[in-house]
Amino acid sequence: MIATHAAPHRTLRTAGRAVWKWAVQTARLCCGVPDYDVYVRHLKQHHPGRKIPSYEEFFRERQEARYKGTGGRCC
Amino acid sequence: MNATASSPSSPAGKILWAAIAIVGAFCLGVVALRRGEPINAIWLVAAAIAVFVIGYRFYGTFINNRVLQLDPSRATPAVLRNDGLDYVPTDKWVVFGHHFAAIAGAGPLVGPVLAAQMGYLPGTLWILFGVVFAGAVQDFMILGLSIRRDGRSLGNMLRDELGPLPGIVAMFGVLVLMMIVLAVLALVVVKALTHSPWGTFTVACTIPIALLMGAYLRWFRPGRILEVSLIGLVLLLGSIWLGKAVYDSPVWGPMFDFDAKHLAWMLIAYGFCASVLPVWLLLAPRDYLSTFLKIGTIALLALAIFLAAPMLQLPAVTRYIDGTGPVFAGNLFPFLFITIACGAVSGWHSIISSGTTPKLLANEGQAQLVGYGGMLMEAFVAIMALVAAASLHPGVYFAMNSPSALIGTTVEHAATTISQWGFVVTPDQLTQTAKDIGENSILSRAGGAPTLAVGMAQLLHGIIPGEGMMGFWYHYAILFEALFILTTVDAGTRVGRFMIQEIAGLIHKPLQQTESWTGNLLATAICVALWGYFLYQGAVDPLGGINTLWPLFGIANQMLAAIALMLCTVVVVKLKRQRYMWAPGIPAIWLVVCTLTAGWEKLSGPISFTAAANKYAQGIADGKLIAPAKSVDEMHRIVSNNHVDMVLTGLFMALVVAMVLFALRAIARATQMDRPTAHEEPYVALSSVAQS
Repeated sequence: MIATHAAPHRTLRTAGRAVWKWAVQTARLCCGVPDYDVYVRHLKQHHPGRKIPSYEEFFRERQEARYKGTGGRCC
Repeated sequence: MNATASSPSSPAGKILWAAIAIVGAFCLGVVALRRGEPINAIWLVAAAIAVFVIGYRFYGTFINNRVLQLDPSRATPAVLRNDGLDYVPTDKWVVFGHHFAAIAGAGPLVGPVLAAQMGYLPGTLWILFGVVFAGAVQDFMILGLSIRRDGRSLGNMLRDELGPLPGIVAMFGVLVLMMIVLAVLALVVVKALTHSPWGTFTVACTIPIALLMGAYLRWFRPGRILEVSLIGLVLLLGSIWLGKAVYDSPVWGPMFDFDAKHLAWMLIAYGFCASVLPVWLLLAPRDYLSTFLKIGTIALLALAIFLAAPMLQLPAVTRYIDGTGPVFAGNLFPFLFITIACGAVSGWHSIISSGTTPKLLANEGQAQLVGYGGMLMEAFVAIMALVAAASLHPGVYFAMNSPSALIGTTVEHAATTISQWGFVVTPDQLTQTAKDIGENSILSRAGGAPTLAVGMAQLLHGIIPGEGMMGFWYHYAILFEALFILTTVDAGTRVGRFMIQEIAGLIHKPLQQTESWTGNLLATAICVALWGYFLYQGAVDPLGGINTLWPLFGIANQMLAAIALMLCTVVVVKLKRQRYMWAPGIPAIWLVVCTLTAGWEKLSGPISFTAAANKYAQGIADGKLIAPAKSVDEMHRIVSNNHVDMVLTGLFMALVVAMVLFALRAIARATQMDRPTAHEEPYVALSSVAQS
C-alpha cells in the first residue's frame, strides 16, 4: 500500500507474496484451521511453559474441533 | 479505508457518488422499464453493482455510525480474549473471505431460479432492496451485537436480552428449521440425479475420492489441505469425464440409473454413515473440497456472465405473478419474499454472524465490510443465478421446473402444454437440450440446481466451445452443487445429533456423552429420521416435492430472520436509541407479515396443505383415485403428509407470534427505564490492551 520508490519488480513481488499469503490464510480459515504461526507466537508469548504442538497435531485438534460445535455453514 | 476518495463531502467525492447514482438509476431504469424486447444481462448486473455500492457507502455507514455506533477505538473479543485458536485478531480481508464462504451456499442459487417463473424483475427488485434494507442489516447488526458480547451466539443473546424462555423457544425453532433445510437441500440433489447415470456416477465418485483424501491427510501428508484439495479436484474432473463413458455404456449406465425413491434412501443411509464415522475420514475432506469448489465456481459463473453477456430471454414479468405458476403456487406477495430467502435476507446467517466471525475481527471498524459487505456479495451470487435462469429459453425453463402432473412425461405433451401457456417451444428443442447436456430428459427437474446448471453450461459453452463440452459443464455444475449440499447435510446431521444428545441427556444422563456409541448412534438415527422423513415425502410427492417443501423452508428461514431482526430492534431500544429502531424494526415487521401471510395461505385456502389433504381424504371417502396417486395407500400417505406439513406450518406461525410478544414485552420494559439496559460488555480501549 505504501508507495516507496524501490525497484518496481520488488514491490510487485512483495504484493504477490502478500496476496498468496492472504489466499492461503483465508483458504485454511474457511476449513476451520486458523494461522499456525500466530498460534505458536501466542503460546510463546503468553504460555511459555506449555508444549508447542507440531503443525500436524495442531491441524488434527482443529479438525476435530470444527465439527463439534453448532452452527458453521449456511443453506 | 480510502477516506478521501469515498467521502461524499469532498467535491470529488460528491461527483463520484452522483455519477454512480446516475449510472445505477439508468441501468435500473433499463431493467425495469424496457418491455417487449429482450435486454442484455449486463444492464442487470451493472444496476446491481451500483445499488450495492451505494447501499454499502450510505446505508451501511448509517447503520455503522448511528444505529450500532461501532467504535474503532474499542477492543474486540478477538483482542481481549486472544487464545490463538478461536479468538484471533485476523486480517479483515481474511475474515471477509471466511465469512462469505460460510454464508454462501445452495440457497442463493436455488431460490432465484424458482422465483424466475414470475419473470426476472420481481426477483431482482426483491434481491436488491431486500439485501440493502433487510438482509445485510440483519447480518451486520447481529455481528455488531455479538462483538459487543464476547462473540456470543444468537441463542445466548436472545436469552440475555429477551429472557430465558424466548431463548429456548427460538433455539427449538432453529432445530426444526435445520431439519427442514437438510431435507429440502437433499431433495434438490435427488431431483438433480433422478434417472441421471452421468450425474449419479460423478456424485458417487466423491465418496471414494474423499476417503482417499482423508487417508492422505491423516497418514501421508498431515495438514496439507491445499495440496490434497488440488489432487481431489483433478480426480473429480476425471470422474466427470469418466461419467460420460458410464452414461454411454449400455452395461454401466443402467447401474447408476435410479428413481427418486431409491436416491432418497441412499442419501439417508449416506447421511447416517457420514456423521457417525470419524470426521477426518469423510466429512472433513469433502468439506475442504466443496468449500474451494464453491468459491471457484462462483468466480467462474461471474466470469462467464461478464464474458458471454447473455440476453435475458425470460420476460421481465410473467403472468404468474397472479399465483398460478407451475413452479410454486402462491401470489407475488408473500411467496416471492419467502421463495428468495438466501440472497435477499436469510435467518440462517444470523447464526454465522454470531458464530466464528465475531471472534476474529481485530477492530469494530471492520464489521461493516465483513457483515454488510459479505451479505452484498451473497446477493450478487443470487443475481447471477437469476441471470443464468433468465437467459435460458423460457420454454426450456418451464419444462425443467414444472411438475409432471402438469406437463406430462413426454416431450410432445410438455411442449404442447408449455406452448399453450404462451412460451412457444418445440419437442425438438427439449430433446436437443437434453442431448446437449448428456441427459435422458430435462422434464420436471425441479429444485433449481439443474436449471442453473443448464444456464451455466450454455454460458460457458458460449465462451469455450467444443464438441460435447456442454455435457461436461452441466455435470460439473451439478457436481459442485451436489457436493456442497451433501457436505451441508453431513455437517448438519452431526450438529443436529449433538443438539439431540444434549436434549436426551436431560432425560438419561449417559446419552449426553458424545463418545458413547449408544448415544451417538441413537441420536444420529433420530436426526436422520427427522430430515429423512421430509426428504422421502418430497421424493414421492406427486407434485414433485420442491413445490411443497420449498415454501415450508422459506417460511422457516424468514421466521428466523424475523427473530434475529426483532432481537436487533429490542437491543436498539434497550440502548436508548429508539429513534433508530425502525432500521431493524421495519424489515422485522415485513418478514413477520410475509411469514404469517404465507403460513396462513398454506393453512387455509386453495393452495393450502389443508385443501390438498381434504381433496384426497374426500377421494378416499368416495372410493375414487385422484391422479397422480396410483393406489388408496398412496392417497392415505398424501393425506398424512399434508397433515404433518400443516402442523409444522402452524408451529412456525405460533413461534413467530410468541417471539413478537416476547419482543414487544422487552421493548415496553426498556422504554420505561431511564437508562440503557442492554447487556453489553464494558468498554475497554484498544490502546490499553497489549498487542500480541
